[in-house]
Amino acid sequence: MSEFTISRRGLLAGSALLLASTALPTISHAQAPKKGGRLIVAADSEPRNLNPAIVASNGVFFISSKVVETLAEASFDGKDGLEPRLALSWEGAADGLSVTFRLRDGVKWHDGKPFTSADVAFSALQVWKPLQNLGRTVFKDLSTVETPDELTAVFKFAKPTPFQLIRNALPALSSVVPKHVYEVGKIEDNPANNAPVGTGPFKFAEYKAGQYYRLARNDSYWGKDEPYLDEIVYQVLPDRTSAAAALEAEEIQLAAFSAVPLADLDRISKVPGLKVITKGYEGLTYQLVVEINHRRKELADLKVRQAIAHAIDKDFVVKTIFLGYAATATGPVPKNDPQFYTADVPTYPFDVAKANELLDEAGYKRADDGKRFTLKLLPAPYFNETKQFGDYLRQALAAIGIDAEIVNNDSAAHIKAVYTDHAFDLAVGPPVFRGDPAISTTILVQSGIPDGVPFSNQGGYKNADLDALIVKASETLDTAARTELYKEFQKKVAADLPLINVAEWSFISVARDTVGNIANNPRWAVSNWADTYLES
Amino acid sequence: MTRALTLLRRRLVGSVFVLLIVVIGSFLLLEAAPGDAVDAYIVSTGGDAGMIELLRHRWGLDQSELTRLANYLWALCHLDLGRSVTFSRPIRDVIIERLPTTLILMGSATALSFGLGSALGIYAGARPGSFRDRFLSIGSLALYAVPGFWLGLVLIVVFAVDLRWLPIGGIETIASGKTGLARAADVVAHLVLPVAALGFIYLALYLRMMRAGMAEAWRQDFVLATRARGLPRRRIVLAHVARNALLPLVTMLGLQSAQMLGGSVVIESVFAVPGLGRLAQEAVAGRDAPVLLGIILVSAVLVVVINLLVDLAYAFLDPRVGASEASA
Repeated sequence: MSEFTISRRGLLAGSALLLASTALPTISHAQAPKKGGRLIVAADSEPRNLNPAIVASNGVFFISSKVVETLAEASFDGKDGLEPRLALSWEGAADGLSVTFRLRDGVKWHDGKPFTSADVAFSALQVWKPLQNLGRTVFKDLSTVETPDELTAVFKFAKPTPFQLIRNALPALSSVVPKHVYEVGKIEDNPANNAPVGTGPFKFAEYKAGQYYRLARNDSYWGKDEPYLDEIVYQVLPDRTSAAAALEAEEIQLAAFSAVPLADLDRISKVPGLKVITKGYEGLTYQLVVEINHRRKELADLKVRQAIAHAIDKDFVVKTIFLGYAATATGPVPKNDPQFYTADVPTYPFDVAKANELLDEAGYKRADDGKRFTLKLLPAPYFNETKQFGDYLRQALAAIGIDAEIVNNDSAAHIKAVYTDHAFDLAVGPPVFRGDPAISTTILVQSGIPDGVPFSNQGGYKNADLDALIVKASETLDTAARTELYKEFQKKVAADLPLINVAEWSFISVARDTVGNIANNPRWAVSNWADTYLES
Repeated sequence: MTRALTLLRRRLVGSVFVLLIVVIGSFLLLEAAPGDAVDAYIVSTGGDAGMIELLRHRWGLDQSELTRLANYLWALCHLDLGRSVTFSRPIRDVIIERLPTTLILMGSATALSFGLGSALGIYAGARPGSFRDRFLSIGSLALYAVPGFWLGLVLIVVFAVDLRWLPIGGIETIASGKTGLARAADVVAHLVLPVAALGFIYLALYLRMMRAGMAEAWRQDFVLATRARGLPRRRIVLAHVARNALLPLVTMLGLQSAQMLGGSVVIESVFAVPGLGRLAQEAVAGRDAPVLLGIILVSAVLVVVINLLVDLAYAFLDPRVGASEASA
């Protein structure tokens, strides 16, 4: 299994590795999977609403994806990067007005009732479209779901909707919940939101606030011989240093989502019996981005934005802040995306002299104290790395005569300051790339988004060309043409710099040697773990 | 007995006003923090304008601050702590679930620091200036200077990772199915490290206070008198010197309990103990004002009760206390 246990030095190769990792074959294990056992996993937060059909977020998926399944899951080698789950096949009509799903036969809900197309129709129309954080955008034109028989669901759209988008949205947005559980009362208040009922390999067993979540084997799971584990326990460990210690003491067997701090990985990779794994997050790429408030006169000037881009040493950021566990970014689509990424965009190599020149040209000369102007910089507090990059950016800007004043907030205050009050000049944000630019990437630069929408363009940036391109791409049905438009989109964003993409990173898992079948799909940490096993 | 009753009555009347001020003050403080519960929630989900509006409406955040405060106080009059939006459960349940853990953890830690601290303080104070006095004073001060999280992590590394004598964290073994005594032993094993981490830090307070009080008492005339009367040294130390030095310690215990009942965010996080401190921290981060107010109220009530007990203990230890009030 050494092929995916990657050393830190190997990772310094950065981007090349991220690209190559998607091409690696799925893991071949030395021995047949063992049955039984309890896998104990570190959890650093406690999501309250565990319904992934309403809250499509990684924190919820981490636990719920083992209980509630989607129509399809991401895959390293499947067609279009997908493999079947509750749906066996999916086909889009040429006019973009319908998508037909053939569903898996013989699937039962955890309460014993059969799974049918009615459940899919209910989930799509009553949950994803009106209530889901991401589904409200992707499924906005969904008008009905026809169910000609129990195993066929036909999604009908009021406006042509690109099949490529629906397909790319399946792994994260298509969690199917049981109609018979949710049709009584308000969906948002249903008790199953806290104790989900699904078709997955594990049943939700127990939650003790502040202590753990426990999932138990679903004996009537549709997967042959699956799942292998008897139980999965998520132990709540709010302190990240303790998570590392718990792994060493063999009290937990897996810490996903970089629960072990990057700085500890070097040491922990040398502990016998533990392995550091960087694979299994290719479909969950986070982007390190400098958000810009274009209402500031200076920042509305393209030359100033270019100067800032030239002032940032991306290689340094990757090596020093991410300790090599990241890749430099060129634009709004990450390098490891297999469908849309293009390297053919304007780039801004690290060049302080050029940055200074650009600022001089723009008319912002240094004053006697060496400063050109002062900016308010708000680093997002959600990750150590975003905070550290804020400190770095302040220094980088100082070198070109821009005085950045750092404002630190907690999460709620940061969200309000940046996305509602627009009380920032520069902000450091970690938007997520979700496999298709239309899901959560284009809104980062599109104009006309109401105040208060998080992780969207709240910097007052307006570019009619770019807006038109985004609309055109959202209506283009042909996959190749649509992909081309998004390549054009990347070029335009990189040229006009509504925001500055600095780096792209994913997470790291640390696991005991005894845990098998780790990281065998691009969204492994948030997939169903039906084939995960423990060697005794 | 009348002394005790008078104390009790005076305290209870005062407490109601104290609690009211605490509740309103905390509510306004939390309101002043930028961002609301919806802002905190969408950090992990994102969402469009319609969804955000829907959430604000469902969670009652589209009402004015005053309306919400009035509603809260009105419910409070009916002994209803309200419902948490982030936990989507009644707040009473959320707090009751955590209260025993905090009481056990903090109670044991306080008992450890008070008991061991005053015992060592007596030992040191029996001969002020001796080697053992210097050693204990400096040693305890060094412990007091150590940051809590660091002491916690060192204990984890030594006793849980290297020696593997004790569990690393949590309050009990997960889903162990243990009952009765076996379960109690399991909980005790889990509590050893966090109690030690908390207790050792505060040990110095009691030790030094006891020792200083005794050093002071040794210089008093009545001690000279007891020696002149030829009392055995042991009796002088315990019944005369130590007893007189004990009063400030009891005051300290009352003050300390207030701090302890709020829970310890740091130690609870490091040892993954599900206590009130962590809950309060989550409530602030999630801008869940009613949960925070609930915690503040519950701990305020407990603090009032404990201080009442401290006053009674005071009255017991020192006959002068409360005598004038009872006769007035």
